[in-house]
Amino acid sequence: MPSVPAHPPLLRLSRVERVFERDRVALAGVSMEVAEGEFVSLLGPSGCGKSTVLRLASGLDRPSAGVVERPLDAIPGYVFQDAALLPWASVRRNVGLPLVLRGLGRDAIRAKVDAALQAVGLADSADAVPRELSGGMRMRVSLARALVAEPRLWLLDEPFGALDEITRFALNQTLLALCQPAGGAAASTAVFVTHSVYEAVFLSRRVLVMARPGRIVDEIAVDVPYPRGAAFRTTTRFMALCTQVSEALQRASEVSS
Amino acid sequence: MRHGIVVPTLAVLVFLGAWEAAVRLMRIPPYLLPAPTLIARTLVDNFGSLMGSWWFTVRITFAALGLAVAGGVLLAALFALSRTAERALAPFAVVLQVTPIVAIAPLIMILTDSPLATVLACAWIVAFFPILANTLTGLRSADANLRDWFRLQRASRWQTLRHLLVPAALPSFMTGLRIAGGLSLIGEVVAEFVAGAAGRDTGLASRILEAAFRTEIPKMFAALVLVALTGVAIYLLTAALSRALLGRWHESERAG
Repeated sequence: MPSVPAHPPLLRLSRVERVFERDRVALAGVSMEVAEGEFVSLLGPSGCGKSTVLRLASGLDRPSAGVVERPLDAIPGYVFQDAALLPWASVRRNVGLPLVLRGLGRDAIRAKVDAALQAVGLADSADAVPRELSGGMRMRVSLARALVAEPRLWLLDEPFGALDEITRFALNQTLLALCQPAGGAAASTAVFVTHSVYEAVFLSRRVLVMARPGRIVDEIAVDVPYPRGAAFRTTTRFMALCTQVSEALQRASEVSS
Repeated sequence: MRHGIVVPTLAVLVFLGAWEAAVRLMRIPPYLLPAPTLIARTLVDNFGSLMGSWWFTVRITFAALGLAVAGGVLLAALFALSRTAERALAPFAVVLQVTPIVAIAPLIMILTDSPLATVLACAWIVAFFPILANTLTGLRSADANLRDWFRLQRASRWQTLRHLLVPAALPSFMTGLRIAGGLSLIGEVVAEFVAGAAGRDTGLASRILEAAFRTEIPKMFAALVLVALTGVAIYLLTAALSRALLGRWHESERAG
């Protein structure tokens, strides 16, 4: 097991259980910590409770037993698998919405939205409506909408699951640039749910492997410093880590009920 | 755009031509079936008095539609906010909806003792339910992830209503409005028949009854034509409004 992170945790789950109607167990005792600045992925077979962990971490759902602690009382940047944009609003209005809801002034919103759109590479599509965009671009809008509120904690629920491999690689790169910026800027913390071994290894500092019914059965550290570029994908270290995570995932599937 | 008008216009002209020809060739007397030209002439000859009746019908229809929109939307918002309110009031709304308006109209006539109020109430009753039902469906149609997202943003009820629920409900509301527009005219006409309003201040339906009573069949048709044209105009108006409001983003308005 890797050492306990040096920074104080931004998120801590202690023996968390979640049981839905008709005794369907989504989580059967999950304990985990995410330190400030860390990028942690949750990987596991379908129905292992990955998304439930995120909903509990965000406060959208409450545990049946155990404790969820989020010392920072700030709104997390939550990204869904579908982009969940307002279909009637332009890209600019969608991205600015978190700031409108917080009551910011128009000029401040405009400046922040422009910066966020720039960061995700959508500066030219500010006036489009979601249906005019591709799936990958819609997901970029969703990332910009989270980014614009400058979240300390990102919660991402399989955001790139519906995208093709090439688009997914590009968005992985964009996400890392947002969460683990190069040049000494402060990293933001992220919990990332995924089905993809490659994605988990490429993005994360730690990969938590889950099994059914909802529990964490393995943990793999990815001791490769950020920033990680596209070249990381072709290193033998990357391949070895993917193999290691794949084997852990295989074991998790075997012990899943 | 031009292309879309040519075919239906042609079809209507062919239909009218066949009607005219049939009446002339088969020597159908005008008290059974007047020819289109005769109807047109009657319409022109009685233009002043028919327009007075038309204006009466249009005023009541739109007043009823306006009241139905106000009542339907308010009640839908109340139902969307409170399940208890919905459980308590829904039976009344459903009973009003499923009972044929012709059956309720005499009762309203007795209760209000005024033809005008009767006609207005009947038109309102039939127009109200589609607005309520469709607006409610619309208010509940907002994407579940987006609702969660608004909760996460700690948006107030008002903010959620304004930025999410109302825009999400707009397409369904417009569908309700389109249905209610036609129904309020039907309700107005039915109520006029039942209320049997007579005298100077009457609508097109009373003119139809009156003409039938006097066997002035061409005049009856002329009034009928005005009712039909009014229905078409209401439909076109609501459709145009719907296109103007939803055009850019809603699928149902983008097929063409």
